[in-house]
Amino acid sequence: MSGSQSREVYDLTVIGAGVSGAAVARRLSMYDIKVALLEKETDVSFGTSKANSGIIHGGFHHDPTLLKARLELQGNLMFDQLQRELHFPFARCGILVAAMNEEEMKTVQYLYDRGRRNGAIGIELCSRERILDLEPKLTSDVVGGLYAPGGGIIEPYRFVFALVESAQHNGVRLITNFEVHRAEYKEGLFELQSKKGDRVYSRYVVNAAGLYADEVSKLFAAEEYTITPRKGEYYLLDRMTKACPGKVLFPVPNSVSKGMLVIPTVEGTVLVGPTAEDIHEKDDLSTSSTKLKAIFDSARQMIPKVSTKDVITAFSGLRPALPGGDFYIEASKKVPHFIHVAGIQSPGLTAAPAIAEYVKDILKEEGLTLQERSDYDPNVNAVPRIRNKNSYDIDKLIKENPAYGNIVCRCENISEAEIVEAVRRGHDTLDGIKFFTRSGMGRCQGGFCTGKIIEIIMRETGKSYSEITKRGKESTVIWRSLCEQNK
Amino acid sequence: MRTEQIDTLVIGGGAAGMSAAATVSAAGFTTALVEREDELGGVLLQCIHNGFGLHEFKEELTGPEYAERWVRNIESSEVKVFCGTTIMEMSLLEDGRKECFGYSPEYGVLKFVTKTVVLAMGCRERNRGNVMIPGTRPAGVYTAGLAQRLVNMNGYIPGKDVVIVGSGDIGLIMARRMQWVGSTVHAVVEIQPYPSGLTRNISQCLNDFKIPLYLSHVVSKIYGKERVEAVDITPLENGVPNHDKTFQITCDTLLLSVGLIPENELSKQVGIELNSLTNGPTVDSMLMTSIEGVFSAGNVLHVHDLVDFVSAEARLAGENVIEYLKGKRPERELSIKPGANIRYVNPTRINPDAESDIYMRPLVVSNNARIQLLVNGEVVKRQKKPHVQPSEMIKLKITPKIFQDIEITPDSKVEVTLQDEP
Repeated sequence: MSGSQSREVYDLTVIGAGVSGAAVARRLSMYDIKVALLEKETDVSFGTSKANSGIIHGGFHHDPTLLKARLELQGNLMFDQLQRELHFPFARCGILVAAMNEEEMKTVQYLYDRGRRNGAIGIELCSRERILDLEPKLTSDVVGGLYAPGGGIIEPYRFVFALVESAQHNGVRLITNFEVHRAEYKEGLFELQSKKGDRVYSRYVVNAAGLYADEVSKLFAAEEYTITPRKGEYYLLDRMTKACPGKVLFPVPNSVSKGMLVIPTVEGTVLVGPTAEDIHEKDDLSTSSTKLKAIFDSARQMIPKVSTKDVITAFSGLRPALPGGDFYIEASKKVPHFIHVAGIQSPGLTAAPAIAEYVKDILKEEGLTLQERSDYDPNVNAVPRIRNKNSYDIDKLIKENPAYGNIVCRCENISEAEIVEAVRRGHDTLDGIKFFTRSGMGRCQGGFCTGKIIEIIMRETGKSYSEITKRGKESTVIWRSLCEQNK
Repeated sequence: MRTEQIDTLVIGGGAAGMSAAATVSAAGFTTALVEREDELGGVLLQCIHNGFGLHEFKEELTGPEYAERWVRNIESSEVKVFCGTTIMEMSLLEDGRKECFGYSPEYGVLKFVTKTVVLAMGCRERNRGNVMIPGTRPAGVYTAGLAQRLVNMNGYIPGKDVVIVGSGDIGLIMARRMQWVGSTVHAVVEIQPYPSGLTRNISQCLNDFKIPLYLSHVVSKIYGKERVEAVDITPLENGVPNHDKTFQITCDTLLLSVGLIPENELSKQVGIELNSLTNGPTVDSMLMTSIEGVFSAGNVLHVHDLVDFVSAEARLAGENVIEYLKGKRPERELSIKPGANIRYVNPTRINPDAESDIYMRPLVVSNNARIQLLVNGEVVKRQKKPHVQPSEMIKLKITPKIFQDIEITPDSKVEVTLQDEP
């Protein structure tokens, strides 16, 4: 997947295989053009798109004057069809905002009015009885709230994986480990050079570089702006927790963020968080101990049963924030054929499919000829997974492929066949396999399965133990082998 | 779908499972033993160090040798063994039997319809998330057991410069193992003011290699973008971290030996009542869980220090299964509770008319201790212990003789206490 041949010319190059870049690449794969998707990491969805709340928003958090409010609503409505085509885990479980006093109810009223103006479907104000009926795990102290039935939950990386797979299926070339280092525009053609010296040539460029969109823009001598990483810390709770709500629970938001939530993930675990803290370094994904209390206090205000005893892991994600807080999706006024897709923080995941439509229109306006391909196929093959299947179906599955009978990850019930499929689809790091299959995401956090997965990667790819990494680059997992040591 | 009709299904082919299955099968009951790995032995297979079998075989064996004795025992028995098979689901049938589904590459989905079940799935390690160590999330953080598996089973050495969190036995054993394979262990960091592992392991695995043990210290931060680069270590003073005294150790590997938890997925799924003190099932004097006919033994019941005790407890469970299958039940049972300085007692019910062993863990360290069994405040058994500490389990023998001369009713209050000898 890495490297590139000499003078490969593309009509369109998308920089960044996060959710925005992946959605744009897939959308444009519908046309008769050559598209490249560049990713600086070793796998796709390894940046902001892997560590976020995984929410499909309900259309009431943003002011209708903002671009992101419009794209959020439009994107939300596109997920049912996308799921039918791409088979990622997604559930329209609904979103609640819980008010704890009459003062907060006033804000809720305001959110409701805004949701109505945005055109959010089915949004309603709830009395105390109504909201407790909708979510019995809520504290009895709740006084009322807002219900957005169109909101939902999703596995964000699985969504990105599926978008990229679909794009590749329709001819998009994915080039990983390609960090754009230099860019030049000569005679209607961009020359993009990676850190390693690989080159890609392209007529149009979409900058979907997430946290690094400002730096990429600078490389192309386009508009100057500054992306500020805003950190969000989360805790993941075991699926056995008694605190799992049926719906996404928001507190009443303040001026800075939407607040810290309790999220039932689509795969049955529970997320609490995120915090919101502006930081300086774009790769500072560290977690702290100081946020723990605030996160759990906030969560417990809504669901008293939330307990630190159920924590299985903590992680951070970084929102790529622009001043003003809106998305910045525009053709550059300084550099022709260069499109910014920047500042895509919340609700970027929800908006991604709509962002792709919007970018497609901009590219068309900028003169890219878009002729529909007759052989476009929106569907990708679903991977059979033994989770949530009944014993009779699994018996059949194992008879067809015995590797389905070998349970590798005992916490999340993942079979060897699913791991092999992940590797074959290009996810050959421990994290890539974890995000594709869920192995190692459960309560033992890889304690039992890591050794087996290392062996499977080596068998399937022919790689040596020294090439096995957690997430590419220098994140090796093995120092050396015993045989070497004994020499 | 292949179906097996049996008297007993033993889930887990480690020390506990093999002992229970061999016992039940020897009495002529049809017994199946299911193991998810491709061979019997469980975690013993990766424990290549010695120190096993002193009680069971009166000799010192390595883990694989100890396992092999039991495997031979199973092979010469009538036990039907299903390796490479994972039990994914258990449900209760109307006639009281249990239906269990196991997945296996060889057989597809296997259905076991059984009168009794012995849970012997062992335990798993607590991990970074459970102890919430802040910092980055690079490669190079492993649980000690995973590192042990990588070295001893896969033949891979996870890292060069190692810090170990927790002085549990696996951590200590791995400290020595990493030194032996050419890595350097720079520190073992223990949150408690006393070691969590067996005294012999402190001596043989740390002292002999001059590995520093930091008691009342925590790893307070992990550094490193891609691979671990360093960790911060902070002393606890009066139970509170003193960040002014934080120091840093450069390392590429952090091993966590921060406790074990019984594997209770299946127990929870089928609705078995769990003991919040042990995280294993609550069991009666027969080691039977809250579900009739489902028994439990070994590390899935409560985490043991010695495999010999696991084998013994599982043998007892097997004997109880036999009694149960013959329709016998204890005439009387008494609840037993942890008293002064005792963390937990297992089982939580005893049969005053039978001989059995109860196991307990102390809350304190004492070099001159007295264990007492009390019924309604009256001491009925007393045992001296030259040394006790929380990491070493205490075994107490219960005999009918103890209760011979006292009045007992089902409401009698039975407790075990630990006190310093006066």
